[in-house]
Amino acid sequence: MGGGWLSRWPVIRQLRGEDGRGRAARSARTDALRPRVEEAETVARSVCPYCAVGCGQLVYVKDGKVTQIEGDPASPISRGRLCPKGSASKQLVTHPGRQTTVLYRRPYGTEWEPLDLETAMDMIADRVVRTRRETWQQTHEGQEVRRTLGIASLGGATLDNEENYLMKKLYTALGAIQVENQARI
Amino acid sequence: MAECHPVGYQWVMEARERGAKVFHVDPRFSRTSATVDRYLPIRAGTDIVLLGALINYVLANGLDFREYVLAYTNAATLVNRDFRDTEDLDGLFSGYDEETGRYDPSSWAYEGDVPEEEEPVEGGARHAEAAGSDSYGARGAGASATPPQDPTLTDPRCVYQIVKRHYARYTPEMVEELCGIPPEGFHELAEAITANSGRERTTAWVYSVGWTQHSVGVQYIRAAAILQLLLGNMGRPGGGIMALRGHASIQGSTDIPTLFNLLPGYIAMPHAHRHGGLDDYLEREGADTGWWGNRRAYVVSLLKAWWGDAATEANDYCFGYLPRLTGDHGHYASVMGQIDGTVKGYFVVGENPAVGSANGKAQRLGLANLDWLVVRDLVLVETATFWKDAPEIETGELQTEEIGTEVFFMPAASHVEKEGTFTNTQRLLQWREKALDPPGDCRSDLWFYHHLGKRIRQRLGDDDIDRPVMELTWDYPEIGAQRDPDAAAVLREINGSAADGRLLASLRELKPDGSTSCGCWIYCGVYADGVNMAARRTPHTEQGPAALEWGWAWPANRRILYNRASADPQGRPWSERKKYVYWDGTKWTGPDVPDFEEDKAPDYVPPEGAKAEHALAGTDPFIMQSDGRGWLYVPSGLSDGPLPTHYEPHESPVRNALYGQQANPARRTIDRPENPYNPALSPRFPYVYTTSRLTEHHTTGAMSRPLPYLAELQPEAFCEMSREMAGELGLDNGDWATIVTARTAIELRVLVTGRVRPLRLNGKVVHQIVMPYHWGYSSGGLITGDIVNDLPSIVLDPNVYIQESKAGTCDVLPGRRPRGPALLDLTERYRHG
Amino acid sequence: MAERVGFFTDTTVCIGCKACEVACKEWNDVPDDGFVFRATSYDNTGALGASTWRHVAFVEQDGRWLMSSDVCKHCTHAACLDVCPTGALFRTEFDTVVVQPDVCNGCGYCVPACPYGVIDRRQDDGRAWKCTLCYDRLRGGMEPACAKACPTKSIQFGPLDELRQRAEERVERLHAEGTTEARLYGADPDNGVGGTGAFFLLLDEPETYGLPPDPVVTTRDLPAMWRWAGGAALALAAGVAVSFLRRA
Repeated sequence: MGGGWLSRWPVIRQLRGEDGRGRAARSARTDALRPRVEEAETVARSVCPYCAVGCGQLVYVKDGKVTQIEGDPASPISRGRLCPKGSASKQLVTHPGRQTTVLYRRPYGTEWEPLDLETAMDMIADRVVRTRRETWQQTHEGQEVRRTLGIASLGGATLDNEENYLMKKLYTALGAIQVENQARI
Repeated sequence: MAECHPVGYQWVMEARERGAKVFHVDPRFSRTSATVDRYLPIRAGTDIVLLGALINYVLANGLDFREYVLAYTNAATLVNRDFRDTEDLDGLFSGYDEETGRYDPSSWAYEGDVPEEEEPVEGGARHAEAAGSDSYGARGAGASATPPQDPTLTDPRCVYQIVKRHYARYTPEMVEELCGIPPEGFHELAEAITANSGRERTTAWVYSVGWTQHSVGVQYIRAAAILQLLLGNMGRPGGGIMALRGHASIQGSTDIPTLFNLLPGYIAMPHAHRHGGLDDYLEREGADTGWWGNRRAYVVSLLKAWWGDAATEANDYCFGYLPRLTGDHGHYASVMGQIDGTVKGYFVVGENPAVGSANGKAQRLGLANLDWLVVRDLVLVETATFWKDAPEIETGELQTEEIGTEVFFMPAASHVEKEGTFTNTQRLLQWREKALDPPGDCRSDLWFYHHLGKRIRQRLGDDDIDRPVMELTWDYPEIGAQRDPDAAAVLREINGSAADGRLLASLRELKPDGSTSCGCWIYCGVYADGVNMAARRTPHTEQGPAALEWGWAWPANRRILYNRASADPQGRPWSERKKYVYWDGTKWTGPDVPDFEEDKAPDYVPPEGAKAEHALAGTDPFIMQSDGRGWLYVPSGLSDGPLPTHYEPHESPVRNALYGQQANPARRTIDRPENPYNPALSPRFPYVYTTSRLTEHHTTGAMSRPLPYLAELQPEAFCEMSREMAGELGLDNGDWATIVTARTAIELRVLVTGRVRPLRLNGKVVHQIVMPYHWGYSSGGLITGDIVNDLPSIVLDPNVYIQESKAGTCDVLPGRRPRGPALLDLTERYRHG
Repeated sequence: MAERVGFFTDTTVCIGCKACEVACKEWNDVPDDGFVFRATSYDNTGALGASTWRHVAFVEQDGRWLMSSDVCKHCTHAACLDVCPTGALFRTEFDTVVVQPDVCNGCGYCVPACPYGVIDRRQDDGRAWKCTLCYDRLRGGMEPACAKACPTKSIQFGPLDELRQRAEERVERLHAEGTTEARLYGADPDNGVGGTGAFFLLLDEPETYGLPPDPVVTTRDLPAMWRWAGGAALALAAGVAVSFLRRA
């Protein structure tokens, strides 16, 4: 440790007569301080997920973790600035309250149960196919309608365009017309 | 705007620093009110009175931008002789059917427009189908691009005179009586906006859901449109009407709609009673003049994108595969279907209706009556956990063990864990790069629907009803260990391609003959020449103020819509100061992409029988309209009248001082036990409420309440009330209060503030309370609170079926609400007491 | 020594959004300060403290709603630094005042020394915490997180001389426009703390915003104080050294 950590310890340095109020008081940790974004392995150019202003975000990732999200100064919309929600984006994606496993509540059940993702996908597909067939309307009041009123969907307005597109496309092909969005609300 | 769009508000603050005068009209004194030149408090639900009075001020004083109005609006157009205004019928327009509560709009048409033949649609009477396509500028097939006009604006049947008569009684006195805005405040506003409009200057209006969530919401926006057209503020820099949307891609969610009545690009879903085959549908759904005249190319290209080689001319390009509407299939209708048991399965994707939709109890009763429910979100939102912690469990209305709903909670990927585009409030598409894989079972909605579609197809056969699914183009490339579908491939499909696979560069390349495919015609060009234009990120410091190389705006990367109107009829800038898009002798040019055919000269006169854009003259900037004009008066397309008219909210404490007709006659009510209404003018519900948001939270709180850094900033549900109202009720700052409507009662902390002021309406004092609605019973559990949206009823705007949650009546009691069944007793007493 | 930098907080353009509070916490990993509804306008974090390094005050007046983002003043004569016996507090090359959490032993002398009541100890670990003016970011040529996020540039970061000049011009303009109540707080190098590295443009008396009207450095007899502190630190040094050795 060279002169030893003790000799570098600020109190010791102060007592030796070095300037306690300037450089002398610095610890090794302090000397090593750099903005952590410098260590990021990747920086993704993103967009804030809250309101519709569309502020640019830079997402810094290191060791498979988001280490910082802050404004993108290049954006002509936001010029690097973010509101409190946008500024909390890292917490949004990393907070411990986030649910990261599939949960299942069986009919009349009183508790959540774990469920495998693949199994859940198969079960949902089964239900869509069954409900669609059971509630299929070929005609209504004498007119051909080719639809099901047995399935409805309500999407949030933080969905990507590509996601909305696949949703509308699949639902329409299935004949599900009660496809709605926050945009109505 | 400062409250809910703080970063967008930087431009307002900067404009103020440069001399702009900013007004804020709002029932609530918010952060915005604190930072403007003049705040005007208004009673919730009365904005059309204010806007109408401004229109009247402009017309009565001859302050309209006459050259603009004459050339670019339908002011001179003559209206059908049979039209009767609300002035003639005490608050009704001609064509109203008392029995159905619907209008037959045929008498509202322009002179010479041929009314459509009788159609047996919903309600029995022929009326504009509510929540139809947004091709409202169409007027129906066969309409002329040059309807009869009176350029002197003196004919009593011309639009200008009709509008002038309609708003003549919207006076400053009426503004004071109904809105609670004193005359000096009104005059300051009226003088400012008129002085700041014309050749040299422009004025902008900005609104949010404070204008839309009303039983007459669409007409609020229309009223602003009339004002802005009269003042020449449309299609020009610094002008316009800005819809500030509250969610990252709410604009995108209507462009590429997950909405029942629309297909991508504002194309109407076919209606069983209105439309037969493709030809019939195209014939009825729009006019032949203006850009909607090309709708066959848009629709056929969409069908080709969805059904590929299976879509042929011989089979109407699979048009018959589209399911048919028969009326309102909107969100609230679906909820009633859940309660009635017709809706069995429900997908809720990044949404939280148990907290976010009006009449939360009806929402939750619907959820409790499903066979199965799939909820996809970042946290366990109230909609996913209702079966164990909804308020109805506490009151005994629901028992967990008796709720048969099977619930799948599917954790979602966050915005940094997937790639794709958001469309912001300025129609700007911005591509997000993926930063990292989502954790655990979290997946994007793209992943979910792609893999769900694949699994469904594995389960279907060659039955006739399965063919639309089996023949659907559904072969997106998969990427990585999680087999994410390639979002860029989806965006390329949306952009569209030619038969040889070449990506299209412009919507002008779309063909009606099946040789092009395009998933959303207004987004055509977002992947021009194989380049993801939405991913462009040229810094603002390296380009002009229009920033055309940052993202991509629909259509065709145009940043200001209808910008041909920024030049005079001859194509010259209205002024040097407001120079934007202009004719340079051979083409339209300027800092933006012209929203006009680049080589159509200002003196172009359409030949007889011309179609689509060719039918519009070189002086017609509003190119989506069948007559190329901005519509002061709307001859077709609206369900509740051609002109905005003040109606009181469905639940109001005062009479409509303007007409005998109290509320919007065409509003949609849902008269069911789950949705009881407060009677209008009822002394049991003497207070006006409005709901609101806070900077520190996001909608129902799922993206803010679980975050400690946001939760600590506004930890508890509260309401704001004036000192006077608190004094009447014996409430101190920080106390609890119980808010009661016919639906339920909730408890909130009280913030007593001088920012909320009692309104004096015709001598009567009306108190308003303001309630931010971000709280619920779970969503991560960090902070919880009663649900404000349990208070409003479901009563809907008849054009778009948006609920009236921004203006209602209530009672307020000091102290906390009763617990358990006692809560039901309280509301029961209010309903029948 | 690099040029002295600091904050100019222009409260006339503050919209009270609290982006500064959140951006600060995200960057500096500051814990939440509890979930307490205070019924004091829109302020629920109360005051600057160990876990709130930017604090937005909301002042409701008749027809006016003042908002102001408070922060450590980074005083020219910083009493907190003067009394720190361990050297945990030090003056950086940017002339800002920073606590080193790896050195702070939680003695708490700095807490009453601060004439603004800024620095405070955290209940759980006992150490003293406050704004670092994002020292790590400054070392990488980045601006502090709060100033970067601020949507309306109410919080401006830069060389102090430039900021002071800009602030003077701003006040002159406001006065010319009739906002005669505009005044600077903390910009004067002759004030009780020798001028602050973070100063403010206010529209009312400092007390209105919860700021002391005339703060004075609590350590005027500096050399004596330093000798005293050094002695105390020596005593502490022995104890802490022993504890380090045990851990090793």
